[in-house]
Amino acid sequence: MEKEFKHVQTAHCENGVATSLLQYHGLDYISEPLIFGLGSGLFYLHIPFLTISNGPAISYRTAPGWIFSRACKSLGIAVTRKRFKDERSAEEYLDQKIAEGIPVACQVGVFHLPYFPAEYRFHFNAHNLIVFGKEGDNYVISDPVMETSTLLTKEELTKVRFARGPLAPKGHVYYPVVPGKIDNALLKKGIIKGIKITTRDMLHIPGSFAGVSGIKYTSRQIRKWREKLGPRKAGLYLGQIVRMQEEIGTGGGGFRFLYAAFLEQAGTMLKQDQLLTVSEDFTRAGDLWRSSAIQMARIYKGRLDEQKDYETSADMLLEIADVEMQAFKKLSKIKLS
Amino acid sequence: MKTTAAVCDVPKTRETKKENLPQDKSALEHVTRELCYVKDETGKYTTDLSTGWDVKKDALDNAWSDIKERVEEARQAVQNGKKSPVYYFMELKLMDVFVLSKYTGFWKMTVKRHMKPAVFQSLSEAKLSIYAKAFEITVLELKDFKG
Repeated sequence: MEKEFKHVQTAHCENGVATSLLQYHGLDYISEPLIFGLGSGLFYLHIPFLTISNGPAISYRTAPGWIFSRACKSLGIAVTRKRFKDERSAEEYLDQKIAEGIPVACQVGVFHLPYFPAEYRFHFNAHNLIVFGKEGDNYVISDPVMETSTLLTKEELTKVRFARGPLAPKGHVYYPVVPGKIDNALLKKGIIKGIKITTRDMLHIPGSFAGVSGIKYTSRQIRKWREKLGPRKAGLYLGQIVRMQEEIGTGGGGFRFLYAAFLEQAGTMLKQDQLLTVSEDFTRAGDLWRSSAIQMARIYKGRLDEQKDYETSADMLLEIADVEMQAFKKLSKIKLS
Repeated sequence: MKTTAAVCDVPKTRETKKENLPQDKSALEHVTRELCYVKDETGKYTTDLSTGWDVKKDALDNAWSDIKERVEEARQAVQNGKKSPVYYFMELKLMDVFVLSKYTGFWKMTVKRHMKPAVFQSLSEAKLSIYAKAFEITVLELKDFKG
């Protein structure tokens, strides 16, 4: 059965590879928000005492790879994954899959990714793209954050597949094995499970660094930064928060708009209007995250530079934590079936 | 929770309307526009493309000016004989000791030793070429870097 692969642009790369690969395999109702919700993508984590790129280690989403795995699992779809010790066998395996006409996802590092602008090329190794063909010696690439498909030479592709450092991909290739038609009941069950996992993680995860309490932890830290790090470094720390929250790959507002879009779709699919109300709450949370980014930007642009300005930022995060806590409590009380 | 009174003079909540999606200049110009989630006229979610947002451009620019400062400090450290070129190129290539150790296969401890000018002087051609490969430069460029 010859099918044509269609490039799909999404906000987030892992959602994107899942969306376009599942669409390719006939699940045409799959959308990015749906994958994000099924995969319980929304999260908050502030790892204490750890710095990444000389800034705080903060994430607005679940660990890399989990969205794809969870979304497929909840739909009863198996995922084939392979990692390699050497570059040759990684190349051979990829060529074989392409010859078989199977588009596959690859985990790559962005530092050596030639079509990314230099400003975005850090040693971040959990980017995802799809390889779906060969044109001469070049591989045809569907990178979900890009508007169109692109090309990479064999050397370029191997280099990014074997990027080193944290989360090194080691040639990681993966693709879903779709068993046929996914029935609607399974999809609904998946949506409900996805919502339950996100609610549990955001409200009840132990410790004070993750979920809603993680947002409060960041708030407490921000109050100390100016004194502890000095204004310049404190400003860079705030900048890092904003980048994690708003940069390409997030859909804006720290993935909160994406989650609101998911709840809207879930509400329609499950015929449950209360989900639409909670969707509004997450839109508000996303808006508040954006306002908080504007406030932080005033600080790192040097327009504001007093302790009280940091306090304002910290207060805004407390407000967000409260909005999200109320929203998840509401969500946990809705009877879904 | 603190009172929200203090939050009154801060930026007003942006509405997630399509027409409010920022379209500022960014480093992504001529590369791609990014997909964002916004609401259409009926209040339903849809997507739209954004060229960028000043708030995050400034954050990225700041991060880069910090990187450039670190690279400049590293250059001076080599010039003053305090560090070897390994240290400078590590900073230039945005690596840290961990990433560099993974690209070279040397232990972190060994990489740190190679950052001492005296130790660097005695490195074999083979080891230098491992570093040169990791930094994507020639052995000569590495060896002859004086800061």
